[in-house]
Amino acid sequence: MRILVNGVWRETVSAELAATLEELGYGGRIVSTAVNGEFVAADARSGCTLVNGDRVEVLAPMQGG
Amino acid sequence: MLKLYDSELASRLLLGTARYPSPAVLTDAVRAARAEVVTVSLRREGAADRSGQGFWSIIRGLGVRVLPNTAGCHTVKEAVTTAHMAREVFGTPWVKLEVIGEDDTLQPDVFGLTEAARILCAEGFEVFPYTTEDLVVAERLLAAGCRVLMPWGSPIGSGRGLNNLFGLTALRAHFPDVPLVIDAGLGVPSHAAQAMELGFDAVLINTAVAQATDPVTMAAAFAQAVEAGRAARLAGPIEPRDFAEPSTPVVGQAFLG
Repeated sequence: MRILVNGVWRETVSAELAATLEELGYGGRIVSTAVNGEFVAADARSGCTLVNGDRVEVLAPMQGG
Repeated sequence: MLKLYDSELASRLLLGTARYPSPAVLTDAVRAARAEVVTVSLRREGAADRSGQGFWSIIRGLGVRVLPNTAGCHTVKEAVTTAHMAREVFGTPWVKLEVIGEDDTLQPDVFGLTEAARILCAEGFEVFPYTTEDLVVAERLLAAGCRVLMPWGSPIGSGRGLNNLFGLTALRAHFPDVPLVIDAGLGVPSHAAQAMELGFDAVLINTAVAQATDPVTMAAAFAQAVEAGRAARLAGPIEPRDFAEPSTPVVGQAFLG
């Protein structure tokens, strides 16, 4: 499957968001996610099915003013 | 004590966490400022990059409250979604709501701001809206459910101080019981002291500390200025006069001409 992760096209095999995050190396991280601009809570990632062309955002804590 | 929503705070200096030369300097600056609230944000993180995880570990170690922002958002949808994501990561209902309307000045889009505030307040967020000194916008934000307002002093990062003294003074006078935090544009401690002397409840500083030659000393200087300004406000400053008024009594003065 080809999905856009943080603005970069990635080839993945997992069908669900939670497994995709593991596959991409985000396992255990404190991150928040959105798919196609919609927030996906941590406890909803397992039930979030991804399809070709989906836009996934993976955000982490960062410095801010 | 400063009360922001249901939290009582001894410090009236809120500090941003961006643009410091190093994490160690950031840590020392937060301590020197005696800040109890720091602003944070969310950004993309690559799988090979753990900087965000390290940053969050440092902030948690400081034992301060975090105020997540929606910096960089230009639409209501972006801001609302970012707030949802921040609430999950940072575990707080607080959100510093920014909806930017103009890129040269980073002026808030007050129409989008009030709409996003209405949505988020209804969802239980405790919203700190980054706004202008506009009284009508302030009324709308309060009607939307905001219980704190954060008017700008001047454009973010400009260091220009309080650009519109008349407007800010009017805002303070119009909402005497609403916590008002000057957010953005302060450059030197005297700007912070001036804000406190005008009766604002607190100030939020980032660039003026982080980009100073010595951020830690500057953080301490801002803390002192905020305390001095607050004390002066409570002490009741005199009104400016157009002409001189002798401070030394004239009664009993010798005639030596």
